Amino acid sequence: MEHATTLDHTEDVYEPSLTPDSLGKLGMWVFLVGDTMSFGALLAAYAAVRAGAGAIGWVPPDEILDINLTAFMTFLLICSSVTMVKALESIQNGNASRMCLFLGLTIAGGVIFLGLQVYEWYHLITHGLTLTGIPDHGLSGAAISGSNLFGPTFYAITGFHGLHVTGGVIYLVVILVHGLRGRYTAEFNHEVEIVGLYWHFVDLIWIMVFTFIYLL
Amino acid sequence: MAENGHKEHPKYMNIFWWLLGLTIVEVAVAIPEYSIVLKAILLIGLACSKAALVAIYFMHLKFERKTLAAIVITPFIICVFLVIMLMPDLTLDTRIEGIEKPAEVVDTSSH
Repeated sequence: MEHATTLDHTEDVYEPSLTPDSLGKLGMWVFLVGDTMSFGALLAAYAAVRAGAGAIGWVPPDEILDINLTAFMTFLLICSSVTMVKALESIQNGNASRMCLFLGLTIAGGVIFLGLQVYEWYHLITHGLTLTGIPDHGLSGAAISGSNLFGPTFYAITGFHGLHVTGGVIYLVVILVHGLRGRYTAEFNHEVEIVGLYWHFVDLIWIMVFTFIYLL
Repeated sequence: MAENGHKEHPKYMNIFWWLLGLTIVEVAVAIPEYSIVLKAILLIGLACSKAALVAIYFMHLKFERKTLAAIVITPFIICVFLVIMLMPDLTLDTRIEGIEKPAEVVDTSSH
């Protein structure tokens, strides 16, 4: 207790050294900052390709992609972010079983999201959107030739995000297993907070991907 | 960090309704046909507000040190520069006049 009060007094003068809790959190943030640059590079390249193709040279995404389905997928990820914060809130109040319930719901949200993405990809591939081709129903020749990067950019960006969701689901399952074994308490729960940071980041990135790839 | 974050939780459901509402607005803004520039400004603005809500409340940035917020905002600013730096490569006509001439020379010799 004495130690804590000395830290409080010196807080404004210099940064206290990292505790195991804050070190893990800072580590995750550093990873997320780097990951932001990966997605930033992909989206910047996409923006440059779109601008390079010109206004007529790019097929409007809503002619090929299903906006309603992906709007629902966005809704699903937002819901899973809410269940994630509820899980953290529960364990901070000392309710481990409630935390496990909410972690389970978060995992379910992630799995359904991935299922819908597989369905979407399967549908698009069978309708002709591949790495080299684009469905040609009712499109002008200029639009098709300008959009020859539609498939590669779409699959690279949504695929990279999908990999993050897959990783997040595995990560959440690991934390859930720890939770079911009674590892987390009201005092010890920073690992739940850290997995939450990752999961919210995946949601945040999807908000950007949804806007840039599907809506614009 | 851990000492002060425990007691008060923001109203997560309020954030959820905001995110849901902004998503519906986004889809509504995206459907009609009008100026792509205006549409881009509106959609990017809406997306950034949603991303900010997630980072500030769900990722608890509001309750962290300001230094962390500065670290987190930096890559987003760099990404904006990234887009700007890539643009001239594809949107400007960077062909040099003189380079097209050898093609003409080849053209005449073949006659």
